[in-house]
Amino acid sequence: MSGLMQELSNKALALGVPMSVQLDLTYRCNERCVHCYLDHDDHGEMTTAEIKHLLDEMAEAGVFMLTLSGGEIFLRKDFFEILEHARRLTFCIKLKTNAMMIREREAARIRDLGVESIQISIYSHRPEVHDAITLVPGSLKRSVDAIRFLKSQGLKVIIANVLMVQNMQDYEGVRALADELGVESTLDPTVTPMMDGDRSTLNLGVDNTALQRLFRNESLVGDVEEFCAVPPRPGEDELQSLPCSAGHTACYVSPYGDFYPCVQFPLTCGNVRQQRFVDIWRNSEQLKEVRSIRVKDLSGCSQCTHVTNCTRCPGLAYMEGNMRGPSTQDCEKSFARTGIPSVNLQSKKPSVKNLIQIRMQPAGVAVSA
Amino acid sequence: MSRLYVARNTRVAARNLDGEMMIMSGKDSTLFTLNKTATIIWQSADGATPLDEIVERRICPAYEVEPAAALQDAESLARELAAHGILDVSESPIIPANSQPADSHPANPPAGESR
Repeated sequence: MSGLMQELSNKALALGVPMSVQLDLTYRCNERCVHCYLDHDDHGEMTTAEIKHLLDEMAEAGVFMLTLSGGEIFLRKDFFEILEHARRLTFCIKLKTNAMMIREREAARIRDLGVESIQISIYSHRPEVHDAITLVPGSLKRSVDAIRFLKSQGLKVIIANVLMVQNMQDYEGVRALADELGVESTLDPTVTPMMDGDRSTLNLGVDNTALQRLFRNESLVGDVEEFCAVPPRPGEDELQSLPCSAGHTACYVSPYGDFYPCVQFPLTCGNVRQQRFVDIWRNSEQLKEVRSIRVKDLSGCSQCTHVTNCTRCPGLAYMEGNMRGPSTQDCEKSFARTGIPSVNLQSKKPSVKNLIQIRMQPAGVAVSA
Repeated sequence: MSRLYVARNTRVAARNLDGEMMIMSGKDSTLFTLNKTATIIWQSADGATPLDEIVERRICPAYEVEPAAALQDAESLARELAAHGILDVSESPIIPANSQPADSHPANPPAGESR
């Protein structure tokens, strides 16, 4: 985060202003990505009028950065009506999309409306890999064509790549594609559980060896020695600091009006169909609890070697069962970076008495997988 | 001397944070903040009111400043913001491309809550 943005975030935090909101307009999607954390049925999305009213309330509450995401946002027939309304309210808008429905006309309209940036998911430079993740033949070509349309309008495009078992060989290829297209790219090795708690998607995440290789790639992390260094012991300031901006200067609203601290933190704090946005932001008991947590309050983590530079996600910790607990995926990243297991990982080591086990099965008993 | 007209560029993003504008350029995503005086000029930049009138009506009554010096400062500010593409400046009234508000929503601290 730039110095000025950090300064403004600090000011927003001190004033209790929700600086940044992600609003998912729909969970419906025209792709079926194997790692997606959403179900794609429509359970009663907010209407155009409800969304416009919500945007009015958000502007009034001081929201500046607005991310419109989904599902696939362009599946909403009223998408441009919503976008126009949001821009009239002078939000700084980022779109997250697979871009499959963006052609020349849509790209020109996005430019005319002054969207700050468009983030597009690309998982591989090879159609056979990308399309096998989205489960839509031809999806890579359509997304890349859209990037060209958007670039030709002078728009800022960011390729977002999630690293999984399926595409772990291809991140260099995606970066080369981004260079060729003249756009930025990001790489995230975190696969999240489904919003409903189903953790089967985590099996798609890359293993520790792949993470280690990733974190020692100078072109990705810069100074490898510095990136992989064991962090210093925390001082009192670090222990008193906030674990994350979720619920402090940022929050999330689902297509059904549910209000969470973050898209990855499915703790329902209220619903904007029943309460004003700002009233939930100010008065929700759940948000007050999230806001009360300091690093020193994190069980296990506050004593962990990695506490000062761990990427611990409070939402992933919550989905693991305790918003004050560790997020094991981030423990694994810290381990891959430094070679030192976190307090949480150490506690998960099997005890010596279970290390060697003999299991037997009497003859004639059926074996199940 | 000709009069100067100023209008907020419709491609920027803007929000008032405790009396000071945060502005993101639509051209290159550069972030700006305006102090309270510059914020008054920004909010008054409707394309129809001349800059000298804005200074006379909105700045001079609020601050102890010589009108000529205030106008000079305001003109420098307007030209600097214009160079960054966040304000349009003209010697004739500017008809807005669309009616984008100045963001009159002040993001003030919620009552009784300050962290």
